[in-house]
Amino acid sequence: MIDWRLQCRAIYGRAYPRAIGALREPSWMFFDIFLPLLSISAFIFYYRALGAPAVYEGFVVIGGAMTAFWLSVMWGMATQFYWEKETGNLELYMMAPMSKMSILAGMALGGMFLTSVRAISTIVLGVIIFQVQMQLTSPLLLVFAFIITLIALYGMGMLFSSLYMFWGRGAWHLSNLMQEPIYLVSGFYFPVKQLGFYVAMAASIIPITLGLDSMRQILFGAGANGLLPVVEEIAILCVVAVVFIIAAWYSLRHMEYLGKKEGRLVLRSQ
Amino acid sequence: MSDAIEVKSVTRVFGGNGKGPAKALDDVSLSVKEGELFGLLGPNGAGKTTLIKILATLLLPSSGQVKVLGYDVEKEVDKIRPRINMVSGGDVGGYGLLTVRENLWMFSQFYGIPTKEANERIDHLLKLFALDDKSNAKVRTISTGQKQKMNVIRGFVTEPDVIYLDEPTLGLDVNASFAIRTYLRKWVKEQKGKTMLLTTHYMVEADELCDRVAIIDKGKILACDTPINLKRMLRRSSTFDVETTIFPEIESMGRLAGVEGFQVKQLGDKVVTRYVVEQESVIADVISAIQSKGGKLTSLSKTEPTLEDVFIHLVGRGLE
Ligand SMILES: Nc1ncnc2c1ncn2[C@@H]1O[C@H](COP(=O)(O)OP(=O)(O)OP(=O)(O)O)[C@@H](O)[C@H]1O
Ligand SMILES: [Mg+2]
Repeated sequence: MIDWRLQCRAIYGRAYPRAIGALREPSWMFFDIFLPLLSISAFIFYYRALGAPAVYEGFVVIGGAMTAFWLSVMWGMATQFYWEKETGNLELYMMAPMSKMSILAGMALGGMFLTSVRAISTIVLGVIIFQVQMQLTSPLLLVFAFIITLIALYGMGMLFSSLYMFWGRGAWHLSNLMQEPIYLVSGFYFPVKQLGFYVAMAASIIPITLGLDSMRQILFGAGANGLLPVVEEIAILCVVAVVFIIAAWYSLRHMEYLGKKEGRLVLRSQ
Repeated sequence: MSDAIEVKSVTRVFGGNGKGPAKALDDVSLSVKEGELFGLLGPNGAGKTTLIKILATLLLPSSGQVKVLGYDVEKEVDKIRPRINMVSGGDVGGYGLLTVRENLWMFSQFYGIPTKEANERIDHLLKLFALDDKSNAKVRTISTGQKQKMNVIRGFVTEPDVIYLDEPTLGLDVNASFAIRTYLRKWVKEQKGKTMLLTTHYMVEADELCDRVAIIDKGKILACDTPINLKRMLRRSSTFDVETTIFPEIESMGRLAGVEGFQVKQLGDKVVTRYVVEQESVIADVISAIQSKGGKLTSLSKTEPTLEDVFIHLVGRGLE
């Protein structure tokens, strides 16, 4: 029996420091909005100099803003449990009666909220500064694509978080390793179709690839040069989201067992 | 009364770092009754924290059986977790960007306590531990001791039936330790069905506070009894503190017949010597020997054996 009241309280409890804590540091917010804008400008001036189609500028703004979510998943989710272990929070979470998935879900929701604040600010500023033209045909579909992308993306973060729990510093290296190539593979700054169909499909295991592609199709129509029809992309994202979340649940359970067996949940320093 | 904690032949091995596996606990058995305040006393590395982590469902025993509140720690964690809590000494847990109150609230949410109720409990405890002036301070700005107080409060906010405290007064000043000890004692004794297991390095704390104490070393329980009974183990011999003027060859006094223990401390132009003697009459020989060497007796007192003496007797060395 799942006590949903308890789970909801736990999710809200864990989301709180994420969402509120970081908003208390206005300087972080400034850099988190301002720095993506810088790299967006760089790409836009680059595309303009090359005489690329105007629609690419919109791509860059959306891609640049979504970068924040990728970073949030890598650094705010995947490496999080390892960090929580070091600070002693992990054992307090493990000992508490709520499902450990609620902790991951709380982390994800808090991260989504905070990052959305940043990403939307970046998009609004980008659209205003660079006069991006959009032809938003179906706002509802856009919102749905955005949300399902986030769920799939943070689902992946949840899976990584439980896998990384015991990898220690290795987790950092892996996150570092995944940070840069992702900009190429997932098509943050250009239509992913340019990579060729099969490479693009392979890259779609990372939910941000299809997420970006579908949102761009909804926003820029045929000019977006989409990989698959929007509905198919969204359907795949739904499946990916479910698979990641179920995998995270199994992985978390297994890792908790391993941790208790090998003594790796607990801090050594006491 | 039934047993709140039952530990049967528990061994815990950690996969040794090239030097062969290390036994943190070696065939440990003990039981703690409901309503009991139980202490674990032992030197560094004795296995105290390991035992607490097992009881807190954070670590599995390599062999043996452990029950908390009648439930198996391996198979029935869901029954145990809502009813226990743990506080470890040291600067751990929480988020620096949140206030003390928010941190405490957050942890209470993992136990499903409604916010209003949680905040009432938190405010009450903050006042009790004289931390209410810091309730809205961010945790990263408070001192180590204040953080430790916050940790202790975190353990009690969920009103557990069994609480484990791993060196709860670590790093606290005299007043704060005293306040916490008073609270701990009251918490167990003035409510029904509450059980506490604590580890400490402070002998006085164990002596004053605990109904029963287990002395543990190298993963084995050496003795387990009430502090009074433990001290009675040493009653056969007597301990005297003898204060004299300085005289030559003080060290030779330790070799007098009937003297079992001997410890000299110089205080200015006086010397205080602790003699543990086989029987009280031996101290008369000691005094005449002092006088024959030209020493002058300035004070003599018989002291009761402390828990520390018991510890030294069992473990073969002191704690510090
Ligand atoms: N996670 C772990 N992995 C490997 N060895 C461990 C682990 N935890 C504890 N040990 C070992 O088990 C032994 C007992 O450690 P434990 O922490 O239980 O001692 P303790 O009595 O709490 O000591 P202290 O008074 O220093 O806190 C030590 O030798 C320690 O090195
Ligand atoms: Mg310890």
